[in-house]
Amino acid sequence: MTLALIVGVLVAGGVYLVLQREMLRIVFGFILLSHAVNVLIFAAGGADRRNQPLGDDPDPLITADPLPQAFVLTAIVIALAITIYMLTLAIVGRKDDDTADRSDTARADHGAIEDPLDIDEIARAHGLAPEPAPRGEA
Amino acid sequence: MPADLLTLFVAVPLVVAAVLVLMPFNRIGSVATLVATLLASIGGGIWLIVSTVDGSALGHAVGLWPAGISIPFVGDQFTALMITLTGILSVTCVAFAVASSHAHLRFFAPLVLVLAAGVNGALLTADLFNLFVFIEVMLLPSYGLLVLSAPGSAPLKRVSGSRLYVTANLLISTVFLAGVGVTYGVAGSVNLADLAGAARESTAVAIAVAVCLFALSMKAAVVPVHGWLARTYPAASPAVTALFSGLHTKVAIYAIYRIYAVVFEGMSEYLWVGVVMFSLTMAVGVLGAVGEGSTRSILAFHMVSQIGYILLGVALFGPIGLTAGIFYLLHHMIVKASLFLSTGAIEVRYGAGPLGTVHGIARAEPVIAAAFFVAAMSLAGLPPFSGFVAKLSLLRAAFDGGQVAAAVVALAVSIVTLMSMLKIWSGTFWGRPGRTPERPGDVTGEFDEIALRDAATILAVQPRRKISFGLAAPAVFLAALTVALGIGAQGLMALSEVAAGNLVDTSNYVQAVMGG
Repeated sequence: MTLALIVGVLVAGGVYLVLQREMLRIVFGFILLSHAVNVLIFAAGGADRRNQPLGDDPDPLITADPLPQAFVLTAIVIALAITIYMLTLAIVGRKDDDTADRSDTARADHGAIEDPLDIDEIARAHGLAPEPAPRGEA
Repeated sequence: MPADLLTLFVAVPLVVAAVLVLMPFNRIGSVATLVATLLASIGGGIWLIVSTVDGSALGHAVGLWPAGISIPFVGDQFTALMITLTGILSVTCVAFAVASSHAHLRFFAPLVLVLAAGVNGALLTADLFNLFVFIEVMLLPSYGLLVLSAPGSAPLKRVSGSRLYVTANLLISTVFLAGVGVTYGVAGSVNLADLAGAARESTAVAIAVAVCLFALSMKAAVVPVHGWLARTYPAASPAVTALFSGLHTKVAIYAIYRIYAVVFEGMSEYLWVGVVMFSLTMAVGVLGAVGEGSTRSILAFHMVSQIGYILLGVALFGPIGLTAGIFYLLHHMIVKASLFLSTGAIEVRYGAGPLGTVHGIARAEPVIAAAFFVAAMSLAGLPPFSGFVAKLSLLRAAFDGGQVAAAVVALAVSIVTLMSMLKIWSGTFWGRPGRTPERPGDVTGEFDEIALRDAATILAVQPRRKISFGLAAPAVFLAALTVALGIGAQGLMALSEVAAGNLVDTSNYVQAVMGG
């Protein structure tokens, strides 16, 4: 029952955050959602009817199931990698975050130096540079 | 083929990718290694086709752990066909990436190799959790490939497209993982052989596995969860879009076929859900395509529509329906990649933009125009191309299965498909060769050049070709393949029939998992 409640609370918080504006909140939402799923897998192993694998000759029927723990371990590693990548995406580029509010964008723009990544694009948008030259003439 | 070799499909690309990252970067060396590894994977795929053509299945328990505990790798005809074709598509897209100078980037080759390893693993594994892991192995390099471009030249939309792509796929993976967890909770196993027929016996298992199928359908971009695909694929570079179109959604479709066949044993009670959803996907996808204004977004919406056709095969569960669906899947992978590559070649040399910005390609680049025309007609389902055979067999299966409404939708959608293909054709290929500036008065350098040339040679001398042989070859090769599959459809149809037979009667597959 405790685990079920934890999953419920985590999912509620995760869904709320994912539906918010701005990439960073969405990333936090996904962190909560992935925790929720991890707890769910943990519960699927029958945590309520199993005990610690202590003692000399533990009975596999009543000791903790190692398989869901292995699942969760794998899932945590994958979630960590993707979270870091999403955080990178959240800070790359300033003007183009279409999850952000207009006012947020305006605030971020104020006095900001554009990313070197998209300077050409900006220049093109303002008519300062020609369209991308076709690469490598045949 | 000895079953022990199945692991090499995953191990070799992974190890080669790691070696490439560690070695000092050599442009030619890394692309050559990439192509060699992919060719080896194709060779292995063909070997697997030959060894499973009698309907048998090969199974291997990784690490030789006892069955049920080990990670099972199983290959049958369906797997073999998919491995071979995804390999061919990867090589073709890499060839295009080399020609469009996208492949000389430092991490292109390792990322494609990890992607290939993930695809092969997802196709071979017979364990739901392992499927999740391999889908993630596919996704992580894809995130990189999506934003990969030369420093200083990344268009803004590529980053925002990437945000959407990562977010959508992370949500899908999270739901899939929850499905795996719930399945483990109710069935006590996530091994497909242990789950064989379990959905028929227990409704709880059916619901749990349905969560997994739900997530896979989102990954396959079934309506109403198709928006992420239609909005992110146009944002990537042409080579990467073509690569993703051939690999990502198709692996999800493969998994849907496999899981429904093994766990549900093709239960007819739930098939109506599929018929309704997939007919809707066909219709909504193509209507979206009609409404779009640029070549690649039209093609991306077509993909959604075609996914409806492919999945209709599983909703018409039975030997005829599955054969038609598998044939359609293989045909579609080839044709769609060909379309993305031919329009991609135009985009690389003439620049992108809304329809009508670039025109007159038919006169300027007859080879690319021919490749596009063939692939477009094949997609619409006209003879003598493979699309005709695919659609005909699917319609026959629909009529046999009594799903007349779905057949009518499929026919109507074909006509609209043709219509939106004509839209691209008349917008891009017809007219005087050249490029119209996007706003009046906004004359680009390139337009000047063309205008001057046109003025100098009023009597319309053949314009200079800009698309080199190397850039055109991948699209032409795939277009030729669809013609070959249309005329010689019997061969692939026979193989699809064997593959479908393994899905109708899964005993060989299950035995291979347990005995492996």
